Amino acid sequence: MQINEETVRKIAHLARVKVTQDEAKALEGELSAILTWVGELDEVDTNDVEPMTSAVETAMKMREDEVTDGGYAPRVTKNAPMSEDNFFVVPKVVE
Amino acid sequence: MSDLIDLTIVEAREGLDNGDFSAQEYTQAHLDQIEQANKALNAFILPTPEKALEMAKASDERIGKGEAGLLEGVPLGIKDLFCTKDVRTTACSHILNGFEPPYESTVTSNLWEAGAVMLGKLNLDEFAMGSSNETSYYGPCINPWRRDGDEAQLVPGGSSGGSASAVAAHLCAAATATDTGGSIRQPAAFTGTVGLKPTYGRVSRWGIVAFASSLDQAGPITRSVEDAALMLQVMASHDEKDTTSVDRPVPDYRVAMGEKVKGLTIGIPKEYRVDGMGQEIEDLWQQGIEWFKEAGANVKEVSLPHTKYALPAYYIVAPAEASSNLARYDGVKYGLRVEGDDIIDMYENSRAQGFGAEVKRRILIGTYVLSAGYYDAYYLKAQKVRTRIKQDFDTVFQDVDVLLTPTTPSPAFAMGEKTGDPLEMYLNDIFTVTVNMAGLPGISVPAGQSSTGLPLGLQLIGKPFDEGSLLKTAKIIEEAAGELPQPEKWWG
Repeated sequence: MQINEETVRKIAHLARVKVTQDEAKALEGELSAILTWVGELDEVDTNDVEPMTSAVETAMKMREDEVTDGGYAPRVTKNAPMSEDNFFVVPKVVE
Repeated sequence: MSDLIDLTIVEAREGLDNGDFSAQEYTQAHLDQIEQANKALNAFILPTPEKALEMAKASDERIGKGEAGLLEGVPLGIKDLFCTKDVRTTACSHILNGFEPPYESTVTSNLWEAGAVMLGKLNLDEFAMGSSNETSYYGPCINPWRRDGDEAQLVPGGSSGGSASAVAAHLCAAATATDTGGSIRQPAAFTGTVGLKPTYGRVSRWGIVAFASSLDQAGPITRSVEDAALMLQVMASHDEKDTTSVDRPVPDYRVAMGEKVKGLTIGIPKEYRVDGMGQEIEDLWQQGIEWFKEAGANVKEVSLPHTKYALPAYYIVAPAEASSNLARYDGVKYGLRVEGDDIIDMYENSRAQGFGAEVKRRILIGTYVLSAGYYDAYYLKAQKVRTRIKQDFDTVFQDVDVLLTPTTPSPAFAMGEKTGDPLEMYLNDIFTVTVNMAGLPGISVPAGQSSTGLPLGLQLIGKPFDEGSLLKTAKIIEEAAGELPQPEKWWG
């Protein structure tokens, strides 16, 4: 699978990672090589095979829908690069 | 006092209980060794000596009162992927710059509960993505081993390079590690240590920085099989905070370890005999087979036909899950923030400067394979291939108890030797990654040396939740290999 620089830029934007011209160029080759290599999987017959979802048969655990934790906003926002009154601060998003 | 650092955990526990030495002396001996060697090895990225001595003092008090836990007074290194309350945790990434978790991971909680002492946080590949510990934001970790007559610096393997290097150089009695595609077993093989990756779900993932959630599993790196059993005993638990942690009792692994291997059947998967595998690896594998025959086990060649597809499938599943897990690093909640023209620009700048090249590469691969129109062709296909891989193991495990393979296709390589080509680096995990894809337990045990004097490991793979069989067969290798050389202390 060959991908071009434009696709690299598109994916990078989807992933919210800024890439420089040089990085995009290098990634074009690297990602193409990796995607070509994983293309080997097309050789495997996976008709009538369920995708693996867990290593051991397990039933999804259920619990009561109730609050079990929380009530400590200062601890939650403690590591934020910017916070005010226990809120995270971000650049203006609504005019 | 320097000989205290040479004790296994089992020996040290006896010495502590007998009052031969105190927990504070035992911890101080390790702190002295860290002081001496860490500059050269860069295994600890954050030693916590004050905390260590404080915890050791508390251990001495509990020992005095006859209340010693299973790991009372045992000084451990903690991979910097485990969140430790109020102690900086970064996954060796710049994006988690200065992050001090307000909580403790379940695994480390279990360890402290059992009386263990924290010496500090250990180096790893950024977000555990790598096989050489060269992608760490805090610089590479160095292998205490060197080739005979050669001063070239070698990698300790990865991603748990700091854990393996610190245990091999006796900077800690044992270390925590994590394994997503081989990150416990490959560095253990490269450093002559024992690395145990438990069955998926045996150990809680809560509070461990997530990489690929369907593959990640924590385990110990130690200097003996018995120590690995003891560490797992404490690390394993059912945890309501991790829905994938399994609600079944933790068996007594030390009892299981003492059982006989006579009559067990050891499977030898023929697909693990790959092109480019060194003759000395092949010879070591053969030696392992002989050891099991001598111990009275049956040996049988088996086939795992989908083996070669495990690595390419892994490089879809792991990046896909990583791209999703790492979406949380946005410059808002914790860590690094780099301002921009607007919020999107701030996200993009923070992530561009916060993540290293390998992490970005995997985020982009993951984003691509999960993007509209590609999900079925890549992620779903890979998960179906995973079922095929698991079916191979299920079939084989009807006839055999454990599988024996080499851990790695080569001994430790030099710094910079494989950083040019991502695919070449990925091939390091060719023998270990199948185990993660199927969720099975695996262990690497030191079994011999290369012609250049470097450690080599053999891997055992077990049935789900049969860590007991792994440990008892690992013990056979450990005993048959006998006393193996230790690295020369070139670091002064």
